[in-house]
Amino acid sequence: MTVPAHLEFFVDPSRCIGCQACVQACTECDTHRGHSMIHLEAIDRAVSVQTVPVVCMHCEEPTCAEVCPADAIKRSSDGVVHSARKPRCIACGNCVVACPFGVPEIYPEQQLMMKCDMCYDRTSVGKKPMCATVCPSQALFYGTREEIAALRPQSMPTNKFQFGDQTITTRVSVLVPRRAAPAPRVDVTAAMSEQPERRSARLNVLDTRVIADASDPFAAVEV
Amino acid sequence: MAELPVDPLKIIHAFGPHLSEGTRPSRGEPDKLVKTHCCFCGQQCGIQLKVKDNEVVGFEPWEEFPFNRGMLCPKGVKRYLQGSHPDRLLGAIERDPSAPGGFRKVAYDAAIARVASEIDRIQRAHGHGAIGVLGGASLTTEKTYLLGKFARVCLKTPFIDYNGRLCMVSAGAANKKAFGIDRTTSPWADMVGTEVIWVAGSNVAECSPITTNYIWQARELGAKVIVQDPRITPLARTCDLYLPVRPGRDAALFAGVLGVMIEKGWIDRDFIERHTVGFEQVAEYCRAWTPERSSEVSGVPVRAIHQAAELWGTAKTSFLFHARGIEHHSNGVQNSLATINLVLASGRIGKPKCGYGTIVGQANGQGGREHGQKCDQLPGWRDISNPEHRKYIASVWKIEEPDLPGPGVDAYELFRKIERGEIKGLISICFNPKVSLPDNEFITRALNKLEFYTAIDFFLNETAQHADVVLPGSLQEEDEGTVTQVEGRVIKINQAVDPPGDARRDWVIIQDIAQKLGRPHGFTFESPRAIFEELRIASKGGVADYSGITYEKIEQQMGVFWPCYSADPRTGEPLTDHPGTPRLFEPDSYNPVAKGSGPFYFPDGKARFNVAEYRAAIDDASEEYPLFLTTGRVVSQFLSGTQTRRIGPLVKQYPEPRIELHPRLAEKLGITDGAWATCETRRGEITLRAMVVTTIRPDTLFIPYHWSGPKSVNRLTVAAQDPISKIPQYKVCGCRLRPAVAAPEYARVLEAQQ
Repeated sequence: MTVPAHLEFFVDPSRCIGCQACVQACTECDTHRGHSMIHLEAIDRAVSVQTVPVVCMHCEEPTCAEVCPADAIKRSSDGVVHSARKPRCIACGNCVVACPFGVPEIYPEQQLMMKCDMCYDRTSVGKKPMCATVCPSQALFYGTREEIAALRPQSMPTNKFQFGDQTITTRVSVLVPRRAAPAPRVDVTAAMSEQPERRSARLNVLDTRVIADASDPFAAVEV
Repeated sequence: MAELPVDPLKIIHAFGPHLSEGTRPSRGEPDKLVKTHCCFCGQQCGIQLKVKDNEVVGFEPWEEFPFNRGMLCPKGVKRYLQGSHPDRLLGAIERDPSAPGGFRKVAYDAAIARVASEIDRIQRAHGHGAIGVLGGASLTTEKTYLLGKFARVCLKTPFIDYNGRLCMVSAGAANKKAFGIDRTTSPWADMVGTEVIWVAGSNVAECSPITTNYIWQARELGAKVIVQDPRITPLARTCDLYLPVRPGRDAALFAGVLGVMIEKGWIDRDFIERHTVGFEQVAEYCRAWTPERSSEVSGVPVRAIHQAAELWGTAKTSFLFHARGIEHHSNGVQNSLATINLVLASGRIGKPKCGYGTIVGQANGQGGREHGQKCDQLPGWRDISNPEHRKYIASVWKIEEPDLPGPGVDAYELFRKIERGEIKGLISICFNPKVSLPDNEFITRALNKLEFYTAIDFFLNETAQHADVVLPGSLQEEDEGTVTQVEGRVIKINQAVDPPGDARRDWVIIQDIAQKLGRPHGFTFESPRAIFEELRIASKGGVADYSGITYEKIEQQMGVFWPCYSADPRTGEPLTDHPGTPRLFEPDSYNPVAKGSGPFYFPDGKARFNVAEYRAAIDDASEEYPLFLTTGRVVSQFLSGTQTRRIGPLVKQYPEPRIELHPRLAEKLGITDGAWATCETRRGEITLRAMVVTTIRPDTLFIPYHWSGPKSVNRLTVAAQDPISKIPQYKVCGCRLRPAVAAPEYARVLEAQQ
């Protein structure tokens, strides 16, 4: 049983409402004993309601596996990177430190690294992952590339990320707005004045190859 | 005798709220998956409950149900943990000050006998009207129908009302005045592909999360989104136009926008001419509301008023939603009417991709207001003061029309009657007014005056703590029946498990009381289906006609939109295959009120413009109380928290209420994020931690209302009500704020959820 190649996972942070349905649903999986493998991050609640769900990005060359001294982390042929194997994992935490997305965690009671495995028990039998099924704003979406193109014409998926000198390609894609992204900082007072303030800052986007559209304001933005 | 039997801390110690576990450990393959719906809000998401050994052990998304296609919010995900809960009432209890928790167990039959004898005693001494009944809009339509009938036929009291009084009545009254029918006009699917969506006073992402996907899918395909709210809600974060309205000033904003639309000619003259009456009076009223005046009152900049008028006025298709944000006001009906005026002036109603509606807050917010637990209403959305309507319902109930009581009073007035000693006995179900009604210290004083109070509930909620007898009711998953969700779609709740211990299904308890009173006439139903069959007849010919709906049709069609006829409204010929009415007011539609003269539910078939007057809020911000206090929900809690404050993971998500305020105000007052602050109104004060965020107006405080006792914001809210709908003005009152001198006493003795 493998996850079909044409079914992909997309994360659209602009759609996240911070409700934690994904986090709560993730704890329902029998395999992780009441823990959520999703982190829901508030960017900065003091100045925005923007939140971002963080799932495992399932890297083509997973850093977590590369740094694992016990060879406990495996990527299956369908591109899914799994939690550490219990007999091998020494709970050293190398993966936790190395993962550029901050995904893996050590669970001391089990002496084990566990992370999002794209609900392998569901996706390998043709179902959607639990989080993407319940997400009420579909910030987490699971389906085909054709579906996402039809449903999200204002965004485009990207799966290449630059961290210093390291370029990472992932099985999971992030949807990046084609036009001006929503401001990361919002303030009611800006909407109360007759002369609205300009957006104070913008999200930086990494992959200029994917977003080559000349009209795209991000095209020239430095990382 | 309805004072608390012992110190409330002792009651909490014995009966909770305590927390459920976080998840339920796997016990292998479930015995069955039951397709049903969530027990909480008006979205009524489809869900499958996993059942093992007569226990709900988890859930599985129900992806085929068309409204939510598997999507759920955190409440839906964790709802199943309300079952097998340590706080669950497994039998009847009665007040006993000598018992450690203030209550002792009593045999169910003895409890019913005592309730019946107390009702009988009070009614013999003081008349039938000395007993009041309170219901709720989370009950199935079958239960609300039975409760209305129970009050009128068995107890012969006019005094029944329900917690929908706190929720949908402003919208309902406005719909009645403008359209002659009270329902959202269109299925949500109509939203995707529309050009502009106006969300007025609705924190969609937290209060009706599934609707977010519809709105944002529409936006993805080009719709412009306008959000009107004193807070930047998650939906407002990415909207195209944000209108930061000052609490209580919505009607002034709407008048300004409509004024610009009229001046610029951004209205549909042809539609107004052919399908409406009353436009000229509205236009004249709006002329007085120049953008400058509207801006000055509403706090929304002139430029934004022009932008709103242009976006709304020039679109070809549109949707407008509102919710409690504009409805919870002593001007709530006017605010709702003003939104309808914007819709009617645009002519964009009764067509594909065009719609208008209120987003109901409770599971059965729609159905619960149609079939007779509202004080002025009879089944089928009939009027209890209308002689024809009374005659018909009396014939269905097999009683003489003069024996049917007349209109009662709204839920708050019912408490005023209790406080004045006019109502001496109370039966409540699905309502926790000690937490949910405004100025709730008054509610406590009223409860203390009752001679006899019985509550039907599955947990001992804060109001039920005052009861003489508590009858052990059922959770939603322990019974079957129908509810009508936000779109007007009637759906089926299916039973997953049996009530545990000595708990009973609510309709059984109501009928047991009728039996014991020696008034069994009309209360011998053997199933919810039997109640529904009578409801179908009772609703027949009414505006909310359910007569063509069957449990089977609901299952086959995945819901049936009312009206659904059993007889052709044109000819009276019997119909068995009427599919229901997903979209109201289509140009060629026929309804039994207009009889072909037009699409709206008035004899001339035309919709009504109503002058929607701005009136200042009662107990508005003033020199003495200079800030606006507004209240609402958080996504992880529901209503008064009777269920959600007992579900561990939901409590963990947002444990206790906080006071949201803007950093500009916080700096001025010397309050930092996380510090204790005291908010005070003319009714009282509460001390909570501050949450300093730029996402709220600097002149406004927000406090969510799901908590009880010293954490209940409804200690502060004002009991002012709309003169027509009687909805309380939860969304605005004057307040002041100061840093707290010390941590509050409760922080030492109470857990977060208590």
